[in-house]
Amino acid sequence: MDDLLQEFLTETNESLDVADVELVKFEQDPNNADILNNIFRLVHTIKGTCGFIGLTRLAALAHAAETLMGKFRDGRPVTADAVSLVLTTMDRIKWILSSIEENNGQEPEGVDADLIGLLEALAATELPPPEPEPVPEPPAPKVEAAPQALERELLPGEISLDELERLFRETKVELPARGKDKPAAPNVAASEAPAAAGSSASAAASVPAAATAAVPAPVSSSGAVAVADAARPPVAQRPAGLVPTGVPANAEEGHASALSAQTIRVSVGVLEQLMTMVSELVLTRNQLMEIARREGDSEYKVSLQRLSNVTGELQDAVMRARMQPIGNAWQKLPRIVRDLGQELGKQIELDQIGADTELDRQVLDQIKDPLTHMVRNSADHGLETPEERRAAGKPEKGIIRLSAYHEGGHVIVEIADDGRGLNVARIKSKIVERKLATEAEVAKMTDVQAFRYIFQAGFSTADKVTSVSGRGVGMDVVRTNIEAIGGTIEVHSKLGQGSAFVIKIPLTLAIVPALIVRAAEERFALPQSAVVELVRVQPGTDHAVTWFNDVPVLCLRDKLLPIVALGTLLGLSPEGDARRKDQWTDALIVVLRVGAETFGVVVDAVSHTEEIVVKPMSTALRQVPMVSGCTILGDGRVIMIVDPSGLAQGAAARGAEAGEMDLSAADKGHHAVAEDRTSLLLFRAGATEPKAVPLGLVTRIEELDVSGIERVKGYPVIQYRGSLIPVLYANEEVSRVKDGTQPMLVFSADGRVMGLLVDEIVDIVETVLDMQLSPSGMPEVLGAAVVAGQATEILDVGFYINVAFGERFEQLVRVEARPKLLLVDDSAFHRDLLAPVLKGNGYDVTTCSSAREALDRLGDDARFDAIVSDLELPDMDGFALAAAVRDNPRNRDLPIIAVSAARDRETIERGRAAGFTDYVARYDRAGLIEALKEFAGRQGAAA
Amino acid sequence: MSEHVPALIGTPVGTQQQYVTVRIASQLFGLPIEMVHEVFAPDAITRVPLSPAAIAGVLNLRGRIVTMLNMRCLLGLPPAEGRGMAVGIEHDGEAFGLMIDDVGEVLGLDAAKREPNPSNLDPRWAAVAAGVHRLSGELMLILNVDLVLRGAGTVKAAVVSRY
Repeated sequence: MDDLLQEFLTETNESLDVADVELVKFEQDPNNADILNNIFRLVHTIKGTCGFIGLTRLAALAHAAETLMGKFRDGRPVTADAVSLVLTTMDRIKWILSSIEENNGQEPEGVDADLIGLLEALAATELPPPEPEPVPEPPAPKVEAAPQALERELLPGEISLDELERLFRETKVELPARGKDKPAAPNVAASEAPAAAGSSASAAASVPAAATAAVPAPVSSSGAVAVADAARPPVAQRPAGLVPTGVPANAEEGHASALSAQTIRVSVGVLEQLMTMVSELVLTRNQLMEIARREGDSEYKVSLQRLSNVTGELQDAVMRARMQPIGNAWQKLPRIVRDLGQELGKQIELDQIGADTELDRQVLDQIKDPLTHMVRNSADHGLETPEERRAAGKPEKGIIRLSAYHEGGHVIVEIADDGRGLNVARIKSKIVERKLATEAEVAKMTDVQAFRYIFQAGFSTADKVTSVSGRGVGMDVVRTNIEAIGGTIEVHSKLGQGSAFVIKIPLTLAIVPALIVRAAEERFALPQSAVVELVRVQPGTDHAVTWFNDVPVLCLRDKLLPIVALGTLLGLSPEGDARRKDQWTDALIVVLRVGAETFGVVVDAVSHTEEIVVKPMSTALRQVPMVSGCTILGDGRVIMIVDPSGLAQGAAARGAEAGEMDLSAADKGHHAVAEDRTSLLLFRAGATEPKAVPLGLVTRIEELDVSGIERVKGYPVIQYRGSLIPVLYANEEVSRVKDGTQPMLVFSADGRVMGLLVDEIVDIVETVLDMQLSPSGMPEVLGAAVVAGQATEILDVGFYINVAFGERFEQLVRVEARPKLLLVDDSAFHRDLLAPVLKGNGYDVTTCSSAREALDRLGDDARFDAIVSDLELPDMDGFALAAAVRDNPRNRDLPIIAVSAARDRETIERGRAAGFTDYVARYDRAGLIEALKEFAGRQGAAA
Repeated sequence: MSEHVPALIGTPVGTQQQYVTVRIASQLFGLPIEMVHEVFAPDAITRVPLSPAAIAGVLNLRGRIVTMLNMRCLLGLPPAEGRGMAVGIEHDGEAFGLMIDDVGEVLGLDAAKREPNPSNLDPRWAAVAAGVHRLSGELMLILNVDLVLRGAGTVKAAVVSRY
């Protein structure tokens, strides 16, 4: 393929992208003459160049499209059909272009008679000439449409069709010479007339010369110069048409030269090379600075400083040269959104804010696809149909807003829609259904945490699969792509109001700020973007490393973070070093965050931060986990750049390994996804078999000095961080240490903190929790599971909190009249969690899993003293249930208590309106008991 | 390519091939000269964590990152005592260094005299050798650079236990 063709392909592809965007704008704003001119110019340029290069098939197609566009310029009203048709034509042109590229310059076989026919038919349709456009152009020469235009005498200087035909042959520009289309050729030529006529006065100006000379070349004015020349008075008021396709080379040049004054086209290769050289320069600068640091004062220090500054500036400048506006990645989106809107029957407006925000070319390439996918997703899932929107009191037209802006060294891109928003409840139930987390964990999740699961592979909450999305593929790829370039993605959403995806990506990948650390006698670079903070652990400080068997955990403020030694994780330090526990009493920990995961990495020393130049590893080493590349430091030494997300995976796999007996973990291999599993804190309390609680529920682990235990009203309390907190022994069998210390787990929920005394902390294991609920008669036991090869009782933290803060045991015994409760919850877990507590508080509990079942039960002549119902139920939700219950006059005074994770005023109000008596947060068991006492107690007495 | 005029011009069997000889342990190996970019003394090799055992690490050679291959490890030989030398090779635009004990001379050998690998050659050796030349007093194994690189990337499972 020759250079000319290559250049043409590049240029045309760019033009087409622009044309797409412009056309969509045009459809929305058909009266905008500027947009119309732009499109016309683009199509015209494509057509002209095609003809010039001898791509006849393309030229014919572009020509037909141009004819139609010309009509619009002449004031023909724009219909959606027409725009669709032109867009289809664009697609065909793109397809032909890509074929040309593949076939080394040959146009693909076949003809486009179908499209051309449609285009021509549309163009030929006579419409009453509308008002002339208020364009600052001289009134476009009015030309009677296509063939009719020639059913008259030729004006002086005009060329006859025959002459034109002859010209075509001589200039070797073949119009689609299909055998049957004898009439087609003149038709095409004729229909050219209005198009070119409309093109502008300048075209007209140069026509006489051209026509007389019968040389088409100079005539082929294009829209390119039209605007500039618009002010010129029209020289010849005549149909300027009958200009053969092709040969607008000079117009091309004219157009290009205006731009070339300020910009030149530089190949990406040159830019890359420049960047590599600047990288080398930065390295050399770093080396010199390193030497200067060692040498202390020297005479070249000032010069070196200048060199350093200039290098920095050069680096910036070259980076800027690689920068492209993010709008380039958005270019295809208006078209996609428009097509989707048509396909899905939705009205969608695409707002673009900050399209000129610049970022590195390399990064831009990487986010193009994820962005497209997310916009499609918003259009398909996010936005409702016009009917739904009307019903929800929103304008029919949905808005997708793309915005981009700089923040620190990052670019923030937001894709927001004003659609239906994400349904937290549905996502949560899906999470449980897919066993990505337990119900207890899900219940504790914030909305933003739950939303993160939509990025899991195969996770889709779409009701139906459409051709656009809903198959659960895509969002995981989106996340992977974004994380691959060190970016993060987060979702914010409000049901009924819309969702926003917020992507944070680094400006560039070539030179990144990094923290240089030392571990296992090597230095490593940790990308600064992942580093949250540095923590020094020393005896006596608030931050301490706690060991559970072989697993170290960092207590950092109110969090327990898993920690790993960098050297060990990378396989460079020997394992099983007996002294390591001691070593870690004074350790440096770099806290890293990758996506949702936060963990600590123990290093030997932290050196400094440096702008490092990322060098790729050789192919053989690219598969190496946890290392993303390497860089050359100031002293010339190569060091590895650690990949934080690889570390996170490695750390998770390590946690699983530590529970050696955990066979299921071993089966899953090292890359088990952390989300599949639950971290359990194993401890001993009483009997030899271990007990466990989910680690997530444990705030801290302390060694409690038992002499600090005081008694308030007979209950043991301790002073803990400036306040009194109740402490409990896990069960009757836990030894009551009289002297010294006893391990204590600290739980906190809703601002209430309590301590639980146990015998011994055993281990932390990560396992797939398959809990059997056990009616053991022990209220504190939730159930049992096999953990690390041993049957382990899972204790109910909620129960302890309830006991520590709620009613005390004596109540259990006192209650005699047992009020009857109906407990409605679709989750077996919650039923099993609540029922024992309620029973324990003296209620006779009947459970059912759906609203229908509850109504059936109520329909039986059984009398209940109160209903406790979940709000989120399948088929028929809690609100509907309450309304249905109230429908029966017999139940008018029956207390109905709502239990739900949602706490917003809106839900509570809605519940009240539906007939709920009271509202209790899901894990507020004390509150529930209180409410029952207040309402059901009275009712019970009455009954 | 060579200043010696080949004895049998026009006959393919008579073509000469030049080899850079290197010594690993006591064995003499030959590398086709066109594969060898340079010879250097390796210094400051940085280990690459979790990489195949035969990859000794990477180093900075005049601004280029060179991946160093431990030939002794690849051939199942005990680690060397001294610092040794390295032969720089280029493959698909990437730079590699083969760590060897010592570099010898350049030999022009008659390609026709090349003999196939002995069938009882250690499989690890056979995996990287492309034949044998009989020299006066000893044998020279021809190292096929492609095979060496392939081996270094894939021998992880086989070598890791002995490392």
